[in-house]
This record gives sequence, structure tokens and C-alpha cells, in this order.
Amino acid sequence: MTMKKVFSRPASLSKTPFHYCPGCDHGVIHRLVAEAIDELEVGDRTIGVAPVGCSVFAYDYFNFDFNQAAHGRAPAVATGIKRTRPDSIVFTYQGDGDLAAIGTAEIIHAANRGEKMTVIFVNNAIYGMTGGQMAPTTLIGMKTQTSPYGRDAATAGNPIKMSEMIATLESPVYVTRVTINSVANLMKAKKAIYNAFKLQKEGKGFSFVEVVAICPTNWGKKPADSHKWLTENMLPVFPLGTFKDTFGVEKSA
Amino acid sequence: MAKVLMKGNEAIGEAAVLAGCRYYFGYPITPQSELPAYLAKRLPEVDGVFVQAESEVAAINMVYGAGSAGARVMTSSSSPGISLKQEGISYIAGAEVPCLIVNVMRGGPGLGNIAPAQSDYWQSTRGGGHGDYRTIVLAPNSVQEMADMTITGFDLSDRFRNPVLLLSDGVLGQMMEPVNLPEPNDYDINSKKWALGYRGNDKNERNLCSSIFLDNDELEEHNWHLYQKYQVITDLFSKGEYKDFAVEEHLCDDAEIILVGYGIISRILKTVVEKCRKRGIKAGLIRPKVLWPFPTAVFERLAKTASQFLVVEMSCGQMVEDVKLSVDGKKPVFFFGRTGGTVPSDFEILNEVDKLVRPD
Amino acid sequence: MSSKVERIILAGFGGQGVLFLGKVIAETGMHAGKNVSWIPSYGPEMRGGTANCSVILSENEIASPMVTVPDTVIAMNRPSVTKFNQKIKAGGMLMYNSSLIERQEFRDDIRLVEIPANEIAEELGNPKVANLVMAGAYSKFSKLITFDDLVACLPSLVKGAKKEMLDINLAAFKKGFDYVEEKKYMFGRYVYSVFKGI
Ligand SMILES: Cc1ncc(C[n+]2csc(CCOP(=O)(O)OP(=O)(O)O)c2C)c(N)n1
Ligand code: SF4
Ligand SMILES: [Mg+2]
Repeated sequence: MTMKKVFSRPASLSKTPFHYCPGCDHGVIHRLVAEAIDELEVGDRTIGVAPVGCSVFAYDYFNFDFNQAAHGRAPAVATGIKRTRPDSIVFTYQGDGDLAAIGTAEIIHAANRGEKMTVIFVNNAIYGMTGGQMAPTTLIGMKTQTSPYGRDAATAGNPIKMSEMIATLESPVYVTRVTINSVANLMKAKKAIYNAFKLQKEGKGFSFVEVVAICPTNWGKKPADSHKWLTENMLPVFPLGTFKDTFGVEKSA
Repeated sequence: MAKVLMKGNEAIGEAAVLAGCRYYFGYPITPQSELPAYLAKRLPEVDGVFVQAESEVAAINMVYGAGSAGARVMTSSSSPGISLKQEGISYIAGAEVPCLIVNVMRGGPGLGNIAPAQSDYWQSTRGGGHGDYRTIVLAPNSVQEMADMTITGFDLSDRFRNPVLLLSDGVLGQMMEPVNLPEPNDYDINSKKWALGYRGNDKNERNLCSSIFLDNDELEEHNWHLYQKYQVITDLFSKGEYKDFAVEEHLCDDAEIILVGYGIISRILKTVVEKCRKRGIKAGLIRPKVLWPFPTAVFERLAKTASQFLVVEMSCGQMVEDVKLSVDGKKPVFFFGRTGGTVPSDFEILNEVDKLVRPD
Repeated sequence: MSSKVERIILAGFGGQGVLFLGKVIAETGMHAGKNVSWIPSYGPEMRGGTANCSVILSENEIASPMVTVPDTVIAMNRPSVTKFNQKIKAGGMLMYNSSLIERQEFRDDIRLVEIPANEIAEELGNPKVANLVMAGAYSKFSKLITFDDLVACLPSLVKGAKKEMLDINLAAFKKGFDYVEEKKYMFGRYVYSVFKGI
């Protein structure tokens, strides 16, 4: 991939080098967030909420204010921040264990209250930080530390589709799923993240961007193979697309 | 202002508003529900924010968020809900975010019942959540103090960037007494330079609220920093400006037996002391008003003159351990408790005193 | 009744307004410059069964707000008598709603005050004010609050109430007060003997 050429360091991104594994998508997604914030010129009033997961140190990579929340609680923390400082741009950045397992209640209810915040949900189908355990988004048959025989729907349920679920709620104004497996998709992802923050800047409501991502380390694959695997296996289960766009932000752009 | 007859729960709500608190996040649970109900009505009148969270877990994390953004913020619950909040309280203590947490205690363990209890003393004073941290614990014994200590609680939490726990019980929450409400205090959300979203010319490059210190040395340094802060707080309560605030003594100078209790129990003990005195028993009362830091010094001093202590709690005996630690074996420390929601009567306590002073 | 402190338990069915009755007495006490406290029974205890609250009026600071031995029990229904009768201090008082509580063998060491509160309230056209009839009656015996105190406190108790409502509340106080002023009360043994026709 040619990302390094395409982007120079956005102002909202700090100089701290990423600690992520080689090829991990987290770093790229951070950049997309930073770029959106720069383009919308809200860097001086953005407050991020970091989760527990590989992106626990997300705050090290951005230049604006940050809170580091407990596992799964970022949407609640962000609610507190946004209600206190309504003119701030508040976002959470969460993994699938954080958002779709331990923090399911917090995300659903923040979305349902229509908190005027943005959620960046990085779905890599696994618990990255703790060394590769099964996540609620782990695919059927996928082997992880805690599903050594492959995820069995009969005992472990099926991959949970957060975007689809959240789109059933009335309050959210933008719910979309993207990925960064190709340059074309990367540009779409960039746009989606921009849209999500733009809606918040306009005070429109709750926006949610799911990024289907890789975890080469815990998938036991090379980065390039990981994106291929993602395309072939994850996208059929987690189809890309926009599930809700109340204000037609995608068309208007 | 004229006195108003108010429930303890409502007095906390009004006092919070007067203290400049504009943010409340909570989840319903008896016997504290009048407090969120009061604030749900009251906060919108002062452009405040009331959110009924989806759980206590969410509520405390909303508090963490709002507190980290500089708000005077509070939450309240009763025992089972406070258990759920412990994770958040640990994060808040670690990240040094000020906030007020109210526990209107009810009976446990488990679902227990909704009747008054004091069985969360250990949970409150030992930290409750994980890690090496402390919360300042205030124990009112009247509706007036529910209001006053709410205000003191906010001040202490801001001053030390530490969560403050107001520990009351079902009786105090539900009862009505006349209250003198203080003058309102204007709180400026931009008074905390360290807060997220702070907008001052002297703003740091950027502000961060976090409790993670992955590096061993860094975490150790942070923990000792917290420890030092707790020492400062302890000194403030044992010999500094909050010395008199921390403990109430009643007729202890010549007392042979000293009764010890906090919260609603201390009121009953006062009646018992009066009755003892009428019968010629030299009884006195120590009432810790602050449970952490525990007012050790008063016990050390009175262990020299009194011949025995009787600790009374609505639990199977929790604070009694702190009393024993403070008395340090110098005099015998006895315990009498009721649990399950029964508030011990002055008569049963008097009976216990009789057994101790007139053993047959 | 002691002139320094009055400890009262007020009990009845949920819906009979005993908690409010307690509040009326406590708030009147407060306005009359006394120390007061009010503690409700709360929770499941209130479902179906009796609701009750404890009120203390006192010249001095109130140490324990808990009422273990009441000077007075105001009972609005039969289960309340069963529950609290034995707790009343010797020489104390049981005021009971004789519309719902028949005469029976009460204790003979307490003063008995029977008031057909429901009937009186119905005569006034609003059965809901039976509790206030009791308040009026209580002020006749209290050494710490007077009938005038009750009347003076009423507006602050029913803030925003309409004039007709205020009037009917006042009338309820008055009827209760007048009823007991005609000395329709006696000591226990006496009731028993009258009732038994001795
Ligand atoms: C209460 C609690 N339980 C468990 C953990 C351990 N833990 C840390 S990260 C994590 C999973 C993170 O997975 P995910 O959210 O998918 O993020 P990723 O690392 O994959 O980006 C877990 C279980 C914790 N920190 N706190
Ligand atoms: S473990 Fe996975 S998600 Fe975490 S940094 Fe490494 S590749 Fe990325
Ligand atoms: Mg993950």
C-alpha cells in the first residue's frame, strides 16, 4: 500500500511514533481521524476518549485533550464530557471487545440517547491487546485463544453486527461500515469519518463509523495476507455500506 | 434563608445545586430515588444536565467524563449500585478527577433489602474498587448535615482532585428535618486548568485524564504521589483545618464507657448517653463524622481516661475494627450491631451498656 | 403530655395520607419554632399493608429521631392499632379513626380518643381530608403546636392549592378540633366498660 506517500502528518496527530504492530490498521485509522479533524478545523476543541484495547494509548498520538476510559465505558465517559462541554467535538475510539462485548450497554444507550458524539469502532474480530481471544465479532469457525476449535455458533453465538443493530435505533444520524483494504476503500473510509465529524460539528447527532480492520499479529498472518483474508472472510459477514444517513450527508458532500 | 422541611435525599439534591453542581448521572434504586427525582426536576431550572443512565456502571463513567471536563458533578445510589460503580471510582481516583458520590446504604449482601444499613463501611473506607487509592468518606447524621456535607464534599473533592463519598443510610435519606440552606455558590466550569476542554489563555499544551501508567516506575511514582496526597488529607483532618469537623465528642471527658457510632446510630447513641447519665452511668459518645481518614487521635486520647468502648453499628461489625486499631489494645472495645434493616433501639443499646458497666 | 417533647407514630393504609398527616404536624411544629423530625416507613412495607411515619416535636435538639415508645399513636385503620397499640407509652394517647376501627378492649393505661374521621370528611364533601381531621384533633392535645399554628402553616403545606381546597382543609382541621373539644375521649378502661354496657 502507498499510504505513507499519500499522507503527510496531519496537525492533530502528534509526533509520537505508533506502538502498533507492523501493518496494523489502528495507525491508519488514527490518521483518518486526525485528518478529518484538521479539515473541519476543530482540533482546538476536540476531546477524545480512548478505550481499553490496543488503542488504549490513542491519546499519545493526538494533540488534543483526551480521557482514557475503563474497558467498554468510553461512550458513557464521552456522554459526560459532551454534556459538560457541548461545544466540544467529542469522539470515542473503540475496539470490538470494548464496544461490542463489555460495553454493549454503554454504546447502545449513548446511541439511543442520540448523544452528539462520534464513535469510531474498529472491528478486527478479535481481542488484540490481550493476545487474541474470541471477540463478539469473531467469525464462525475462526480459531482464537479462547475458541481453539473455531467459533461454534451453538455455544458462542454468531458474529454481532453492531452497525446494523445501531441503525435500528431512531436517534443516530449516521451509521456506516467501511474498511481500508484498498486505496479506493481507504478514500471512502476517510470520507465517512469526515462525514461523521462534520455531522457532529453541525450539532446533528450521534454518528457511528465501523471500520472493519485487521489484526495481523493475532490472526497469525502477514499484513498483506490479512487484508486479503479480511476481504474474503470478513466482508461477507460485515458488508460495507451505510445503514443510516438521516441528513443525507453522503449525497450532499 | 428560612428553614425548610426536607427529606435527606432532597436536601442533598438542593445543596448540590447550591454548591454549583449542574451535572447528575444516576440510575434509580431505593432508598435514594428521591434524589435523582429531585434533580431531574431541579437541574433543568438552572440549565443543568440530568441523565438517567442505563446502569450504575454507565452513570459513574459519565461522572468520570463530566468531572474530567471540569464539571462539578455527582452521582448517587444505594449499596448494590455502589458496588457496580466501584470500577469507575477506581478510575476516577487514579485519574484524580473530583466528584461527589452518594451512597444511601441499604441491607446486603446481594440484593438484601431496601431497609437502612451500615454494612458498606469496609467498601467505602477501604477503597472498594481495585488499586491503592482512597476516597474521602463523610458521614452525616441529620438532614442538615446531608446538605452541609454535600457542599463540603464538593469543596474537598475539588481541592484534592479526589472522589468524595457521602455515606448515609435509608433512614437519613428518607427522613425529613428542617434545613437551613446556604447561599448559592457560583461555580465556574473554567476554574480547573487541568480539565479537558479548558479554555484559558494559560492552557497547557493539552490536557489528559488517565489512570494508565504501563511503566512500572511511572505507576509506582503515581501511587506514591497519591499516597502523599492522602497523607496531606489525613493531616488536614487529624490536626489541620478540618480537625473539629472530623469528629464529634459528647460528654467524653469524665466518661467511663464511651459509645461509638456514626450516621443515624450516633443520634440514637446520644439518647442512650442521656439516659445513662440520668441513671448515674458515666457514658460518653464519639461520633466519627469523617470515616476516611478515620479520626484515630480522639480514640488514642480517650483510651487513657475511659475504661471501655462500645461500638454500635447497623452491621455485623465493620467500623469496630478501626476503633480497635485506634484504641490499640489499651482498653477493651465491645460491639453491638443489628442488621437486616433493623435500627437498634435506645433500649437495646442501654441494655448492652448495662451488661458492660454492671456485670453480674 | 410532656411540654418538652412529643413523639408520635401515625399509621394507616397507603392512600389514607398518613405520611402527609405526619408532615403537616412536623411542618407546623417547625413553623412554630420547634425542633422536628419525620421518618417514614418505606418500601414494600407500604405495599398493601400499613404505611406509617414517626414524628417528633421538641423544645430541645432531637437526639434520636427514632420513635420506639410513642407518646401518641394516630391510627387510621385497624392493622395500625394491632401493630402499635402495645408500644404506646403508659399514660400516652391512642387517637383512632372510629369510622374504620370499632371499639374494642384497648389498654386501660392510655387515653383514648375516637374520631369518626371518614364520616367527618365525607360530610365535608371530600373523604381524602380524613387525615387532616386528625391533625386538627391532635392540635387540641399538643403542648407544642396549637390549632392556630396549623392554620397558619397550611398555605406552605399545600402550595399552589386552590381556594376551595384550602377551605376544605381548614374545615377539616376545625371539625377535628371541635370534635375532641367536646371531650369525646376517655381512658381505656372506661371505653371498655361503656362499650360492654357496664
Ligand atoms: C474490566 C476489564 N476486563 C478485561 C480487561 C482486559 N482487556 C484489555 S483489552 C481487552 C480486549 C480488547 O479488545 P478490543 O476491544 O477488540 O480491542 P483491540 O485490542 O482488538 O483493538 C481486554 C479483555 C480490562 N482491561 N478490563
Ligand atoms: S495486536 Fe492486533 S490490533 Fe493490536 S496492535 Fe497488534 S495488530 Fe494491531
Ligand atoms: Mg478487537
